[in-house]
Amino acid sequence: MSEVKKVLFGPILANNPIALQILGICSALAVTSSMNVSLVMAIALTLVTAFSNFFIAIIRNYIPSSIRIIVQMIIIASLVIVVDQVLRAFAFEISKQLSVFVGLIITNCIVMGRAEAYAMKNGPGMSFLDGIGNGLGYSAMLMIVAFFRELLGAGKLFGHVIFETVQNGGWYQPNGLMLLPPSAFFVIGLIIWALRAYKKEQVEEPEFKIAANSRAQEAL
Amino acid sequence: MEHLISLFVKAVFVENMALAFFLGMCTLLALSKKVETALGLGIAVIVVLTITVPLNNLLYQNLLKDGALQWAGLPNVDLSFLGLLSYIGVIAAVVQILEMTLDKYMPALYNALGVFLPLITVNCAIMGASLFMVERDYNFSESVVYGVGAGIGWALAIAALAGIREKLKYSDVPAGLRGLGITFITVGLMSLGFMSFSGVQL
Repeated sequence: MSEVKKVLFGPILANNPIALQILGICSALAVTSSMNVSLVMAIALTLVTAFSNFFIAIIRNYIPSSIRIIVQMIIIASLVIVVDQVLRAFAFEISKQLSVFVGLIITNCIVMGRAEAYAMKNGPGMSFLDGIGNGLGYSAMLMIVAFFRELLGAGKLFGHVIFETVQNGGWYQPNGLMLLPPSAFFVIGLIIWALRAYKKEQVEEPEFKIAANSRAQEAL
Repeated sequence: MEHLISLFVKAVFVENMALAFFLGMCTLLALSKKVETALGLGIAVIVVLTITVPLNNLLYQNLLKDGALQWAGLPNVDLSFLGLLSYIGVIAAVVQILEMTLDKYMPALYNALGVFLPLITVNCAIMGASLFMVERDYNFSESVVYGVGAGIGWALAIAALAGIREKLKYSDVPAGLRGLGITFITVGLMSLGFMSFSGVQL
């Protein structure tokens, strides 16, 4: 039971795919300026990761290792096509806003990374849970970033007005930078800082130790 | 001609793959510790993009687009839903072929690029360029220019980031930000700098 829990919830804080493994950042940043779009993206990615892990785990013993990347790619690409077509049919507006980023789930490193690192070695059930877990880790990060960007940038959450902006006669002066792409980097950088302040073992070793400052005493 | 030059400049600076669209971020952040590796990877990306974007363009214009199969007597067939699968297939195949060709005929270059080539299949910048090409409906010559430009833009970004990170390792960064965190913030600042190109009218 604890194994299931670890696989499912481990990636959210302890082993977050974005903050620690440097996976899946590619598409994570560009879609986070509004919460609606990020939610759709997060759900799509979670489903694709879970099912690709599941199918790859089922056939893992029959895949020759020399062509495994192409086999994994084809399974992932087929799943992404399904997601893309469903989005176009039922949520056309959001699918327009996501533009190429739905297609880019194929090359999202989380999907490939988990298929390669987990699904090739474990059974279908656990692989499915691992996919959901990593999808949740990605979703959590995406939603937090989108929360700050939409709230500070437009004063809204999920399109509902939270802070009345100055343009509409309210009090909140929206921070335009938050709607621009670079802010996503700053927000993620700060989240990583917060996460590592909480979980000290994730802090990286410095390559160069800086000697303590000794000049100050001489000056006295 | 003028149109193509402006497309090229736009692809390199204004719509920089890495810093304006955040494509290829995983490799950009993971492999930018040394300028040397960054340059190797950058060149590999330029080569692969220059080949795959025009190839995918031919595939899209002649086989997949709505009504493109007219020459085969099938004017009502729209295969564009097969796009994602075909593009990634082309990319994986090109990377594989390139790897084998380099191994046989240019061992020196193969040794320099070798480790990075397989990584390129899953680089979002490669797939992203093909998807943007389809979304904007480029013709063949435009797709060649766009492929080269996008590649050079990405290589420029990773080389610049590696240069900054090489200097940055001597600086005293707060413990929690060390490594990944400060890299994110550096890329954010670079991206902010590249936004100034967006005012350039061509």
